[in-house]
Amino acid sequence: MNEPEYRKVYVDVTVLMRKDGTLLPKSFRWEDGEKYPIDRVLHITPAASLKVGGRGTRYTVKINGMERYMFREEDRWFVEAPIIR
Amino acid sequence: MERTILHCDMNNFYASVECFLNPKLKPYPVAVCGSAEERHGIVLAKNYKAKAFGVSTGEAIWQAKQKCKDLVVVPPHYEEYMKFSKAAREIYEDYTDQVEAFGMDECWLDVTGSTMVMGSGEKIANEIRERIKFELGLTISAGVSFNKVFSKLGSDMKKPDAVTCIPKEHFKEMIWKLPASEMLGVGRATEKKLSSFGIRTIGDIANWPVDFFTRKLGKCGTDLWRFANGLDQSKVACVDAEVPVKSVGHGITTLQDLEDSAEVWKVMLALCQEIGHKLYTYNKKATGIAIDIRDNTLYTKQWQRGIPVSTQSPSLIAREAFDLFQARYEWKNPIRSLTVRAINLVSTDFADQLNIFCDAEQMDRQERLDHVIEDIRRRFGKSIICNACLLNNPKMPPDCETKVIMPTGVPT
Ligand SMILES: [Mg+2]
Repeated sequence: MNEPEYRKVYVDVTVLMRKDGTLLPKSFRWEDGEKYPIDRVLHITPAASLKVGGRGTRYTVKINGMERYMFREEDRWFVEAPIIR
Repeated sequence: MERTILHCDMNNFYASVECFLNPKLKPYPVAVCGSAEERHGIVLAKNYKAKAFGVSTGEAIWQAKQKCKDLVVVPPHYEEYMKFSKAAREIYEDYTDQVEAFGMDECWLDVTGSTMVMGSGEKIANEIRERIKFELGLTISAGVSFNKVFSKLGSDMKKPDAVTCIPKEHFKEMIWKLPASEMLGVGRATEKKLSSFGIRTIGDIANWPVDFFTRKLGKCGTDLWRFANGLDQSKVACVDAEVPVKSVGHGITTLQDLEDSAEVWKVMLALCQEIGHKLYTYNKKATGIAIDIRDNTLYTKQWQRGIPVSTQSPSLIAREAFDLFQARYEWKNPIRSLTVRAINLVSTDFADQLNIFCDAEQMDRQERLDHVIEDIRRRFGKSIICNACLLNNPKMPPDCETKVIMPTGVPT
């Protein structure tokens, strides 16, 4: 079986900066311009993405009922996007 | 009190970072090489797939390719390595403030004071190993022992992604059988000397009389005997990692030949922007400057000299380079290509002997200005700010930022 391949996609993110300094992503805009609201942030941890080669703070988020990772890498945000063939 | 010392070694560091950042490389044998040009480049690091072909550090690219014809050769990215090195250090510092870097990829940690709260050295080492894998995507091997020499030996015994403990009760059976050359302090020359006396293992060193080593090798000899017997007392010093580069250069072939000094100045100033940026990220200052000039008859000339005060300022380096150029170049022909190199680099921690004739205040202002520019570029991109005279220079190739020369002074 072939492992699915992934792309590193930087995205525009709307973030709430809380008074204690923590950041909460609220929504992000995908490459095609569509905006995805983030229902909930489930977990925040420093982590690496082996799939696309990046590291930073990883946010486990719920979007449309599905769990996804979003990474804050220095000043930017990226997501792991599967390459569909 | 018995100490607990960890030695953490990131496996195949440069190659691992390259494969992490570009996962497409992972299935291939990969070597990070000092220069992509086959005649000059040497292998700085390789991944396990390349190692399986016998590719070894220090050999020329063409030699490596003879052993492994599909070898993927990539240039080094010291800025990235520095980021990973710093991130690893931040993890180490969660366990102790005594962290001593040994190169960019190795550190000693004295965790003696943390064991009461955080558990045994082995437990701490495993936690660090897991965290580096999870947070940085890299593997380490760690050694745990009661001195620095043995913990370093331990980190070499099992790799990658492993922890080896060498406790006081068992060090003799664990390490005395190892070749003497494995021990810190036994270089190629010492190894040769030792083997001429029939001393081949660490145990041999330990069991010969100490006077013998003192007589043959002086103070270093005594140290070797002490190391082999587990008597190394050296402390884990507070040392930061350093980028192993001696020079940083940047050069271009201009779109049209340069006809006068004013044009040369603009090109030099542009080249020095990138040089300054590299020096800044490497925490280095230049104490000398070198220029390479090739005229339109393809005749090449190189000059270098020291500069009065060490600096990482792009404008100061450019001025020094230009002074040198003015003093030496005779303008017999127009210039085709030009390289500036910052040489004899020293760490920025290195304090300067201020020259009595230089204006320290002026230099300080310049340095602060450079740092502000550096910060603006970091936030908004490299081309967001530049000297006005560098705008729209028709003789500058547009992609000159990509052609950086490191670390041997050969274009990558
Ligand atoms: Mg290493």
